[in-house]
Amino acid sequence: MSLVFDLFLEFALLSFVAFGGATALLPEMHRVVVENHHWLDDATFTHLYAIAQAAPGPNVLVVTLIGWKVAGLAGAFAATLAMCLPMSVLIYLLIDRWERFSGRRWQKAISIGVAPLAVGLIFSGATLIAQAAQFGWEAWGLVALTLLLSLRTKIHPLWLIVVGAGLGLLGWA
Amino acid sequence: MTAAIHEPQSRPDLRALFLGFSSVGLSGFGGVLPFARRMLVEERKWMTAAEFNAQLGLCQFLPGPNVVNLAVVVGKHYQGVAGAVAAAVGLLAGPFLIVLLLGLLYDHYGSLPLAQSMLRGIAAVGCGLLFAMAWRMALAIRNKWLFLPFTLLTVVAIAGLRWPMPAVMVGGLLLSGGVAYWKLGRK
Repeated sequence: MSLVFDLFLEFALLSFVAFGGATALLPEMHRVVVENHHWLDDATFTHLYAIAQAAPGPNVLVVTLIGWKVAGLAGAFAATLAMCLPMSVLIYLLIDRWERFSGRRWQKAISIGVAPLAVGLIFSGATLIAQAAQFGWEAWGLVALTLLLSLRTKIHPLWLIVVGAGLGLLGWA
Repeated sequence: MTAAIHEPQSRPDLRALFLGFSSVGLSGFGGVLPFARRMLVEERKWMTAAEFNAQLGLCQFLPGPNVVNLAVVVGKHYQGVAGAVAAAVGLLAGPFLIVLLLGLLYDHYGSLPLAQSMLRGIAAVGCGLLFAMAWRMALAIRNKWLFLPFTLLTVVAIAGLRWPMPAVMVGGLLLSGGVAYWKLGRK
């Protein structure tokens, strides 16, 4: 039970700094789950991230998978609730007051200031996945191809994921 | 900019909120915000495009999963606490079950070499998608010479030094928000 409780506590804490959504949290989740608590190893963490990528739904569900792998069904519920509940309650309570502040200088300053940090977090998440998965040159080729296609074409990400799964099955990556 | 939501002809009831957000949750891969927009603004007309942008700005301004925050705001507006719960649960329940099912499959077959190589392929694509997302977000930043250094500092602190994120975010936000505040005052 204390494992589920720890999981809830760690993820609830993370939810308060999740600027940029759950994707921006990848590096910190890795730090907490793999490096600090040794709940998962590098390979499993990478696999769970891949599964979450291939599944429909909001990005936050990678948290559900991590919770599931660490502590079963109770862990899945605990991690998901921890990530969604605290800010949901806060937003529910504050939204009306918040709307009155819209357009204030300090509010604009925070939303401008948070953007470059979120970019850094997502970039760090990408490098971290690459490190944890110990990509070789083939996998880096696939990363580069994805980056290029994603920026230069309007191809749907799902097709890229299908291609990645296929190439992976063939032993590329 | 007005953030309040206008009143559509028919207020969505709990069932409509649950089903509407379920369809959003189940249709998106790698982020469902575009689908939330389509459902709320174009299909069901619960909000206008301007209202959507204002509400979304608010939800993105705050930490936490943006689309869950959005579901709470829209649900609250139409049906109070019950509405907020119906919308958020609707959004998450379907994907939650699917992900659990995939987790079960992974428990059983995850150690097979074929499954592992497939997941490695997907992880590589996922990694590329993350780089692409970071690139696009960086392009959207104004005054790049002023703010992109904070991106670099974040990467060094998080990926390089492996400092804890809460501390990095608080420190980073004070610095970069401070610069933004100063810049806004100069206009």
